[in-house]
Amino acid sequence: MPANRFNAFTDYGIGIGLRVPHYAHILEKKPVVDWFEIISENFMVDGGRPLHVLDRILEQYRVVQHGVSMYFGSAEKPDRTHLKKLKQLVKRTKTPWLSDHLCWGSVDGTFTHDLLPMPYTFAAARRTAEKIRYVRDCLDVPICVENVSSYAEFHASEMTEWEFLSEVVERADCGILLDVNNIYVSSKNHDFDPYDYVNGVPVDRVGQIHVAGHTKFEKYILDTHDHPVLDPVWKLYAHAIRRCGVTATLLEWDDKIPSFDEVHDEALKANAFIGGARAARKPAQAARA
Amino acid sequence: MRPAGLKPPPKHAPRRLHSEADLRTLQRLMMHAIVQPLTADDDLAPRWRDGRPMAEVASEFIKPNDRLTSFERLQIYARGYWYRVIDCAYDDCPGLRALLGEEKFSALIRAYLAKYPSRSFTLRNLCARLPQFIREAPRWTAPHTALAHAVARFEWAQTVAFDGEARPVLTPDDIADVPPAKLRLALQPYLSLLALDWPVDDYVLAVKKRDALRGEASHAVDHGLRAASRRTASRPRRRRVFIVVHRYNLQLYYKRVDAVAFKILTALAAGRPLAQAVAAAGRGVKPAPVRDWFATWMELGWFCRWK
Repeated sequence: MPANRFNAFTDYGIGIGLRVPHYAHILEKKPVVDWFEIISENFMVDGGRPLHVLDRILEQYRVVQHGVSMYFGSAEKPDRTHLKKLKQLVKRTKTPWLSDHLCWGSVDGTFTHDLLPMPYTFAAARRTAEKIRYVRDCLDVPICVENVSSYAEFHASEMTEWEFLSEVVERADCGILLDVNNIYVSSKNHDFDPYDYVNGVPVDRVGQIHVAGHTKFEKYILDTHDHPVLDPVWKLYAHAIRRCGVTATLLEWDDKIPSFDEVHDEALKANAFIGGARAARKPAQAARA
Repeated sequence: MRPAGLKPPPKHAPRRLHSEADLRTLQRLMMHAIVQPLTADDDLAPRWRDGRPMAEVASEFIKPNDRLTSFERLQIYARGYWYRVIDCAYDDCPGLRALLGEEKFSALIRAYLAKYPSRSFTLRNLCARLPQFIREAPRWTAPHTALAHAVARFEWAQTVAFDGEARPVLTPDDIADVPPAKLRLALQPYLSLLALDWPVDDYVLAVKKRDALRGEASHAVDHGLRAASRRTASRPRRRRVFIVVHRYNLQLYYKRVDAVAFKILTALAAGRPLAQAVAAAGRGVKPAPVRDWFATWMELGWFCRWK
């Protein structure tokens, strides 16, 4: 499960998001980091500084692409220009797998730049899975879809979110980027047990895990990525790791970004949970040998 | 007003989703609800396009819970959308913001995005049509519409120069054997030629300097610095300038050029052969400065092969 066909049989460890305020530190100090996750769209440009920085990062580090605008759940077809640019980037980064969200965000070629929730229906699952297959075939790289945090549910829904996620990934035969912070946020906003969610997804398809911070408001929780990870999310992460085994894990910190070291230290807290899973794996491997 | 590019919203949300068409209908309805302008208090508009209460429309497709109504849940997404795109425009247009002031700039951007929501997968292109909108709807920038238009063009040119395509640079050897009457030189795609009636390059630089100082002052206790940071960059005086917005060694630059040089560059960009482009600049053009200009432009890597 740690290394599976959805993450190209890698065992990447703990990564952090590559963000502009840290560029200078990374390029000058060359800190030891297992891997960086990049937002694909930030580098789907035709030239200039972004690609120059990326190339320098690629000389030193392993990079995985994470997208925010493929909108697998949008009813419209994938945009060819978008796919072409994404494919160029995939060739550049040699990302072992590529992730994007189980959501929609565009209609008639107009974009919200948001991760809007899906209606959890069989028709939507079929359409979404078709699109994931199409994109994967175009890009020729394993795909993991990420569960989003949400603030609304639809009357039309026919199943729970984790049943929908399972339906989509089974139909698409793709991986899961399990965002445990998003599960926690949605569980509070929609009153379900986050452990039911983690127990309900096909763990053999989990190729990567996200952790992040969120913000509590009076009537709902917002996925803000501007805090350290909160304790209930680490607990849920621990549970996910127990189920999934050692899994490539990434801390997302996108707003009010502190120093590189602070972000990296926060990410490395995941070692406390991964270490246990790794130790548990060794006797099993020894027994098999 | 219907946002450009979006088809009309359905009258009602589908009760069940059996097909791709049903999914599209639901998504189009929600998209229209999200991108319609917020009220002055940043709330979701209380009425839908057909006059029905928005709460009634939202409750057709969004479930309430014991803390939030359907309307309130939809409003979270509408606010998230508007705050995100407005933030992006704030970052991309510091000069225009300084020129118009916060309130007027915010009104302009909201009106612009209500008409021209994003048509690109990347927020990088969000303000591409802002200069066009300023021309189309002058009331948002009056009485400084022409100046606002110039600043918006200049700021969009910076976005292009930052990460636009760079094609292989032509070297003197590449063109040595081509006679000037046949030689076509393309300009790099990241480069913009701007003939403007105000020195907006100086103005935007002053604004950025002021903002940088303001950033420093926020950590300082020096009253002189704080006072300086409150001063606004004064509006530029009308003066014709010719600016090339480009990049060199990955850095953004604004280069002022002579009117004659600008004519030559414009003619080259339009596909005129070198000899014609120089001739288009007028009879009084002397060879020596033209040679110097071309030497500099070649060194800056402005020319690439004509496609």
